Amino acid sequence: MTVPALLLHLLVFPGLLFLVSWSLALEWVDRKVAARMQSRVGPPPLQPLADFVKLLGKEVIQPGGAGGRVLGLAPLLSFASVATAFLLLPVSGSSPLGFQGDLVVALYLLTVPTVALLLVGWSSSNVFAAVGGVRAVTQMFIYEVPFYLALLGPALLAGSWSVSGIVEWQAGRPWMGILQPVGLLVGLVGLQAKLERTPFDIPEAETEIVAGPLTELTGRRLAVMHLAKDALLAAGCALLAALFLGGPLRPFSAALPGAVEGFLWFAAKTLLLLLVLSTMRAATARIRIDQLDAWGWKVLCSLALAQMALVPFLASWME
Amino acid sequence: MAEVLVPIGPQHPALKEPVSFRVWADGEVIVRLEMDVSYNHRGIEKGAEQRDFHRTLPLLERICGICSHSHTTVFAKGIEALMQVEAPPRARAIRTVVAELERVHSHLLWLGVAAHEVGFNTLFMWTWRDREAVQDVLEALTGNRVNYGINAVGGVRRDWPPDLVSTALDRVAPLGDRVRLYADMVAREKTMLARFTGVGKLTREQVLAYGAVGPTARASGVDYDVRRDDPYLDYARLPWKVITDDHGDVLGRTLVRVGELHESLNMIQVLLRDLPPGEIRAKVPRTAPPGEFLSRYEAPRGELVHFLRTNGTDRAERVDVRTPTMANWTSVAMALRGRWLADIPVIVAAIDPCLSCTSRVSLADPEGRDRGGMTWDELREHGIRFYAEGRHER
Repeated sequence: MTVPALLLHLLVFPGLLFLVSWSLALEWVDRKVAARMQSRVGPPPLQPLADFVKLLGKEVIQPGGAGGRVLGLAPLLSFASVATAFLLLPVSGSSPLGFQGDLVVALYLLTVPTVALLLVGWSSSNVFAAVGGVRAVTQMFIYEVPFYLALLGPALLAGSWSVSGIVEWQAGRPWMGILQPVGLLVGLVGLQAKLERTPFDIPEAETEIVAGPLTELTGRRLAVMHLAKDALLAAGCALLAALFLGGPLRPFSAALPGAVEGFLWFAAKTLLLLLVLSTMRAATARIRIDQLDAWGWKVLCSLALAQMALVPFLASWME
Repeated sequence: MAEVLVPIGPQHPALKEPVSFRVWADGEVIVRLEMDVSYNHRGIEKGAEQRDFHRTLPLLERICGICSHSHTTVFAKGIEALMQVEAPPRARAIRTVVAELERVHSHLLWLGVAAHEVGFNTLFMWTWRDREAVQDVLEALTGNRVNYGINAVGGVRRDWPPDLVSTALDRVAPLGDRVRLYADMVAREKTMLARFTGVGKLTREQVLAYGAVGPTARASGVDYDVRRDDPYLDYARLPWKVITDDHGDVLGRTLVRVGELHESLNMIQVLLRDLPPGEIRAKVPRTAPPGEFLSRYEAPRGELVHFLRTNGTDRAERVDVRTPTMANWTSVAMALRGRWLADIPVIVAAIDPCLSCTSRVSLADPEGRDRGGMTWDELREHGIRFYAEGRHER
């Protein structure tokens, strides 16, 4: 890859510029869909961008006794990690930066925002933020295990630890979502929990702990943290689309499509997954952390394990 | 983990009005709590003693933004009893219709708030949209959406022409289906059930011991409703039943309120189809003879009591308001102990608290000599001094 092509890849497509606009667009779709389900009008298309720009211009308020450096750096760290992970995912074709093991790297990078939330909550010198930070990490320990197990299923079946490699394996074969539907389901639920959306918005439960870890974030810090959340939504959907729905692949086609067509398929699959996530958000109430603990380990984890146990049989049957 | 103090209120997203819970929590579990419910004293009881009966009504209407009609009806009913006059049948029917419409919009509002407290915003939006229809009907019938101003001492202030009544009937009729839909959602939505079942549990004995009223008491199997047990207005002649439930938790309180929505909608339709003809306002004397009366009323939140004492003038000598929220606070405090931090909003919301209606001031002289009260002017001066000296920020 030449230097100009690499820079273009990093900064324009599918890098920074695309990721920011794509994330804000997905946020708009999510808000609009949920609003229509709740018989509201919903925001105009540019509202997420307007919110972002407005927050950037707001004063940054530093609470007394809070760790200013952590509060300033954690949002940037979160966004940087998610943006890096997004570079490894196939958007219009196989990612040129992909390598064997990039699935594991991407999963690690996508966990950084949750850890950053703990740091923010802990150094905010605010009891709501502290409780929210602790809840964020508690929740992480519950959903990460089934989420990882579900995402490792496709990797095992395809015999590849590269996201793009798994996509290429699915060309000409049934997609993973058809072979491992339970894995897709667990992946979607795990992603919802990772994104801290209803019914898993326990760390940010407005009526209980104000805004959780975000309580003391203001101005550009809050703007970047929100953007990191949106980017996490985009990256999470892209990851599930690649692993379970063939990413940029055309249905029933053995060949990788061209860049434009590939991107359109990727976008369609992302929107489909987003629709499921938005419906889940609109159709449920927030559960309690102890209820998530019991349900996550007993039900979700068991389902993911059962799906994993089926993978060797699937593999021998595919041959 | 060490105990931490979590200050819920006086400003907090779960609260719509100021109240303060100082909660000591061990991790996520509540160990103990302190409550301060008086942040918004408005001197309405005192004000009611300064005005003649007719000017007292609009003042009492502003005690509560949701049960505004309850406060005027219970007062008018009490003063009429002291004056020994009775409102004409048509006026009583109109009062009953507005009272039940008020219950419907209050319970729909509550259902939305309870759903919002557990993060189920879709139900919140849906119920509030339907509540809009009820408020439109109230606006068409009375001219106002919040403080209806329909009551007068001796009757009501506005008659309803037949076409208005039939329009109102058409708009109320479809609400039954919506309420059935919500009843179905409450009974089957798994995440909401998980947050409501077993939460804020109160046994029948506890309810009786703490003196809880209204849907909170009926959800624990206490079969008590002023509308049936001390009938007023038209309730004795209407077909309806008291809804009770044995769950004793937030789910039970939800089921009771949803059941009451059905009963109220039914009562409204029966009344509107067959409004008695005649006068809407009886002629009342200017003054009331000396006497005392305890006026009771089933407000949407429970039993509302006005104690009235008259002294032969055109003003009440004493108006004492006991709002249902006041009666329910103790049960909330008891239900919260040992529960999860996350349960606070929904347990508090489950009594449908109306916080500013509960704020009272009483004078205490440590040496026990001074048993007098304050005059209106003294109370006013005290209020101005209180805020000027910053004592509200203690």
